[in-house]
Amino acid sequence: MNGSVILGLVLRYTYIIRRSVPRIIEMLFWPMLDLLVWAFLTLYLKSISDGPPSAVTFLLGAMIFWDVLFRSQQGMTVSFLEDVWARNIINVFVAPVRVREFLAATALVGLLKVLIIIVVLTVSARLLCDFDFLALGWALGPLFVNLIIMGWGIGLVTTALIMRFGQAVEMLAWAIPFLFQPLSAVFYPVSVLPAWAQPLALALPSTQVFEGMRSVLAGGPFPTAHLLWALTLNALWLAVECVFFAWMYQSTREKGYLAKLGTQ
Amino acid sequence: MSELIVEIQNLRKTFGALVAIDDLTFSVARGEIVGLLGANGAGKTTALSILLGLVTPSAGSVRVFGQDLERHRVAVLRRMNFSSAYTALPSNLRVEENLLVFARLYSVQKPRRKIDELLELLEIAHLKKRVVGRLSSGESARVSLCKSLLNDPELLLLDEPTASLDPDIADKVRKWLRQVQRERGIGMIYTSHNMRDVEEVCDRVLFMRRGKIFAEGTPRSIVEKFQEQSLESLFIKVARGGDIEDL
Ligand SMILES: Nc1ncnc2c1ncn2[C@@H]1O[C@H](COP(=O)(O)OP(=O)(O)OP(=O)(O)O)[C@@H](O)[C@H]1O
Ligand SMILES: [Mg+2]
Repeated sequence: MNGSVILGLVLRYTYIIRRSVPRIIEMLFWPMLDLLVWAFLTLYLKSISDGPPSAVTFLLGAMIFWDVLFRSQQGMTVSFLEDVWARNIINVFVAPVRVREFLAATALVGLLKVLIIIVVLTVSARLLCDFDFLALGWALGPLFVNLIIMGWGIGLVTTALIMRFGQAVEMLAWAIPFLFQPLSAVFYPVSVLPAWAQPLALALPSTQVFEGMRSVLAGGPFPTAHLLWALTLNALWLAVECVFFAWMYQSTREKGYLAKLGTQ
Repeated sequence: MSELIVEIQNLRKTFGALVAIDDLTFSVARGEIVGLLGANGAGKTTALSILLGLVTPSAGSVRVFGQDLERHRVAVLRRMNFSSAYTALPSNLRVEENLLVFARLYSVQKPRRKIDELLELLEIAHLKKRVVGRLSSGESARVSLCKSLLNDPELLLLDEPTASLDPDIADKVRKWLRQVQRERGIGMIYTSHNMRDVEEVCDRVLFMRRGKIFAEGTPRSIVEKFQEQSLESLFIKVARGGDIEDL
């Protein structure tokens, strides 16, 4: 991998975002809107229940965690789409850029977006609803890392699908992550899922992360077991996703669609 | 005989039942400008896309700079470049920013100096700080040419580079291409529907029809061989299915 090439691509995507007020707004708009809705819901739930306040803060935590996963995937796939929309993707693919360098660059963009959003949401949650995200402590970092990695994996799949099937399936970039939401047990524990769905749910790194998050928020210890499971599952899934991407890439070149990306 | 930088042998590309490239064999020598001519759908862009590693061949071999393209894709791409009327550069970046990004992708030494030099050469130094999306199509075509010269390529692939240019700028582009060929010994493969381009710029023309080369030579020798008035009249005759082979 050539660092200069990766940096060049990251530079290009950050130029694009910096130059465009709509893109900056888009990046912050949905997370902020989500935060407001969940914050008000949390306030309401607190007012009608006498349960421990931590039970309702799950919701806010879950919302921020989900956004980490979603933005990491978005950062990757939207970077690719930006090049397609700009009719520039061919210029990138005919430059001496290895496919893995291209993917590394889009993954880095995903990471950058996630970092910005984490900071914005943490500060806003603190100011607006007195929710101290950092109370999660040391478990926060590894939990986030696992979500980011899973986001990259889904990003690989959505990018591959758009590359192979064209802009007609563009909406998959936004839809596919939500396919994993019900099974990821984001807002409720795995135990509420029907028995047949539970093993499926536990095979997702995200489910392990959300279970871990809840146990920490409920005052439990560092969620070692959940984290180890998440890491192992991420490694397995990522391997499968890389193979899938390579397969789609090869098929796209055979069918001649790579040469057509963004030229029509 | 000078060194061959492109050697294509028995190349074939099918898309399902459609044969886009059919047993194509040709080569390009260092510093030579080869024109790919042919009606819409003759297979020109497909041939270029294969040379760029965007499309995999169904059969045949493609060697660039003596190396197998599929196995040494990145090493080969480092020494070539591409410009097309059908691609664009990110529209909300300034000309300079765009070129700096590509300078990084091609690992160009002293990128700023290189960019200034090329902008001067193509007479667009005044556009350096402009946002690409607001340039006219002719201006962005020249920026794209600039991009394609950033890495001092030994091989330049041009897909209809003059398609959006006014006659004055098209004339200048032809002159520049000739100039960089002379001064830097760049080999080029050039597709165009402008016969003027081809006659003026190309040392040799490959006339394609349905994925095959059916005539090859200097623009003049082809016209003479088929006893036509000009490349243009020959082109029209071929495109309309004239029985050229019987001539
Ligand atoms: N990805 C693809 N899938 C299916 N058919 C394709 C694909 N790409 C090209 N073709 C077909 O292959 C043939 C050659 O196309 P190509 O784009 O190479 O033509 P061309 O010579 O560049 O034409 P033009 O002068 O119109 O640019 C055409 O019949 C085209 O429809
Ligand atoms: Mg074409």
